[in-house]
Amino acid sequence: MVAVTERMRATVGEAPRLVLTLIKREVWDTLRDWRIIVPIVILTLFFPALMSFVANMALDWVAEYGAPIVGERMLPFLLMVVGFFPISFSLVIALETFVGEKERRSLEPLLATPLTDAQLYLGKTLAAMLPPLLAAYLGITVYLAGLHFFKGWSPPPILLVLVVLLTTAEGLVMVSGAVVISSQTTSVRAANLLASFIIIPMTLLIQGEAIIMFWANYGVLWWVVLFLVVVDVILVRMGIHIFNREELLGREIDQLNVASLWRKFCGYLRWEPWFFGLDLQKMPAWLRWLGMVGGLYGRDIPAILRRSWLALAVVVIGLLFSAGIGYDFATRYQLPPGVLQLENVSAETFSELPAVDWLPVFTVWGVLLNNVRSLMAAALLAVFSFGTLAVALLMAPLAIVFFFVTQAAYVGYSPALFFAAFVLPHGLLELPAATIATALAVRLGVAFMSPPRGMTVSDGWLWALADFVKVFIALLLPLLVLAAAVEVRVTPTIVAWAFGG
Amino acid sequence: MGSVVVLQSAVLIAMIDLVGLTKRFDGFTAVDRVTLSVAPGEILALLGPNGAGKTTTVRVLAAILRPTMGHAFVAGYSVTEHAQEVRRRVGLLTEYPGLYLRMRGEDYLDFFGRLMGLDADECERRARELLARFGMPEAWDQRMGTYSKGMRQKMALVRAMLHDPPVLLLDEPTSAMDPHSAKLVRDTVRSLRHHRRAIVICTHNLAEAEALASRIAIIRRGRIIALGTPAELKARLLGPSLMELRLLHPTDGVVNLISDLVKVEVQGENWLRYATANPQETNPLLLQTLAAYGVGVVTLSEVPRSLEDVYLRAVEE
Repeated sequence: MVAVTERMRATVGEAPRLVLTLIKREVWDTLRDWRIIVPIVILTLFFPALMSFVANMALDWVAEYGAPIVGERMLPFLLMVVGFFPISFSLVIALETFVGEKERRSLEPLLATPLTDAQLYLGKTLAAMLPPLLAAYLGITVYLAGLHFFKGWSPPPILLVLVVLLTTAEGLVMVSGAVVISSQTTSVRAANLLASFIIIPMTLLIQGEAIIMFWANYGVLWWVVLFLVVVDVILVRMGIHIFNREELLGREIDQLNVASLWRKFCGYLRWEPWFFGLDLQKMPAWLRWLGMVGGLYGRDIPAILRRSWLALAVVVIGLLFSAGIGYDFATRYQLPPGVLQLENVSAETFSELPAVDWLPVFTVWGVLLNNVRSLMAAALLAVFSFGTLAVALLMAPLAIVFFFVTQAAYVGYSPALFFAAFVLPHGLLELPAATIATALAVRLGVAFMSPPRGMTVSDGWLWALADFVKVFIALLLPLLVLAAAVEVRVTPTIVAWAFGG
Repeated sequence: MGSVVVLQSAVLIAMIDLVGLTKRFDGFTAVDRVTLSVAPGEILALLGPNGAGKTTTVRVLAAILRPTMGHAFVAGYSVTEHAQEVRRRVGLLTEYPGLYLRMRGEDYLDFFGRLMGLDADECERRARELLARFGMPEAWDQRMGTYSKGMRQKMALVRAMLHDPPVLLLDEPTSAMDPHSAKLVRDTVRSLRHHRRAIVICTHNLAEAEALASRIAIIRRGRIIALGTPAELKARLLGPSLMELRLLHPTDGVVNLISDLVKVEVQGENWLRYATANPQETNPLLLQTLAAYGVGVVTLSEVPRSLEDVYLRAVEE
């Protein structure tokens, strides 16, 4: 036993070997499943050869009608297609990777091995990717070999690199997304249903790529690759964060216990009463509500803001970036002379603004409703975009504001005065409120990707939601009401005073 | 780290140590403040109804699930802080064999052997030895999809024992086996006891538990409701030992002769039964008395009481 134990000790630090052992077995298992291998072989050898033949015929055919450009554009498009078809199988393999083992009850012995959660995740992800990806590369080779043989056509090396990168990034997006789904579901059927969340966006992406291919503006595809790499990073990070043995084995059925979730949510909403260190039990009963108020504003909300510091930092950086975007656009697209004339502006000018359809009715209620609606939409979008769209939604108006501040400077106004008159009066209240709301919305999105330590994904998300609801009602809503009142009642007067005739 | 060092130095005392172990799932308490220890060379049988928390306890010990509260140490390592070290030292036989049916026995054991840190030669040697011990050397070359139910169970046991772990956690080890295979497994488990392995067996087979276990823990709704050796549990839950005396002649008058020593519970024509908390003292005295009066004794034996009685009594209580 001692010898074996010594050898076991020697395994410490052999993470790559363990991962490779896992990959080898998984790939071996995939290669012995004819239901996967037969379609892959067809898509790797037969389909690319067919594509090559069809492309060859099509080139001749369109040339007869004097439209060789159609053929020229079709060849890179088909190159992309023959690469994508085999990697679509990575989705099937990855979806099955954890939940399939769970259904066959072979997962528990694997979880009892010294593999860490990260090694398991990495091994399974790479194993799901490798066979389809190699098949995709082989498919591309077969297609190109056919075209080279029949037509002597070869793609520009940079286009080939681009297609290979696109194929690889798409494969990784599908696999990392599918592994997340597979590790969070309890049946292959449920995993397949949830796979729509991968298939639909990927289908749209491929359609977009097809348009770009026929447009022959290949430079745009680099941005697509960059976008896919960012999504890859997010999904892999999310997978590593939320993947754990407990989640895999702890859940037996995909049930949504609404009552339990509600209880948890209510629990996260609660806070400890506090009032400047006073013993609340000794206070008269009719004054005890002070403890609740003190606890909320003196302890709980500051604690929420402290634990949201990273999200707040991200939002502030986003805002600074949006200021830069506004400035950049203003320098590139200057408004024609006469458009920005502020001499005739008066307080009444603001009440005429609703004539512009997309602006809210310029009343306290109208502005408040618009701001609340926007922040709610940001929170909703954050949930589906890991928080990114919430930041983008806040950046857009700020970029517009800085666009006009810069334009004002070009026309000859003081940008500081412009900002101080148009934005600052209500912005002093509205901007912090929007920043905090967006930061809490970011947390709502990020909770999926990186739940707080020791919490499950659902617990982490409910916690973030409770923080959002609490701060929004207790702090942000009063701020937004005040901001709307100032925007409607005070800002127009200041603008008229500063610029008006 | 301090706690780990202390426990490693105490490894001879307890290979498994649970202190107030609690595991909750979404409002449901599967294991509730369980405290127990298992020494090297000891076999602990975990008995209990379905859903009592046996498998959850084993999963915590295998560092697959994390305790909600309390502590669990295996071979001196905390399952929470040193999960990998724990997994290196544990052999887990899961409730279902969970084999990769497309693989051959050789490839399967090689895969798990490598994950457990064995080199190829050592792994093959151990695997062949264990397969031979369980009477299925032919399984080495065969695809596991062709195995019988019992073979699959034995292959899972080979997998659990492959790296010769100091701690074995066996969930229903013989449930799918024929009597001969079950005996092979029981003999193997018994032999491991002599090699100072700590073994935990979850089972519904009470006869097997009684035959194998040094101690028995009965668990219900996540809590240990009885813990001790089979004899201790019988005494505690079923009362004093019941002795049966068979005589050469009818029992008329004999009851009066021994009334000072024991209280006869029930009697027949030439037999009687009495309860005694201390048979070591009572029985010799009783035999001396009967001999003195010339009463012929055919047999004096303890009435067998099964673990099933103990279990049912514990669970009913």
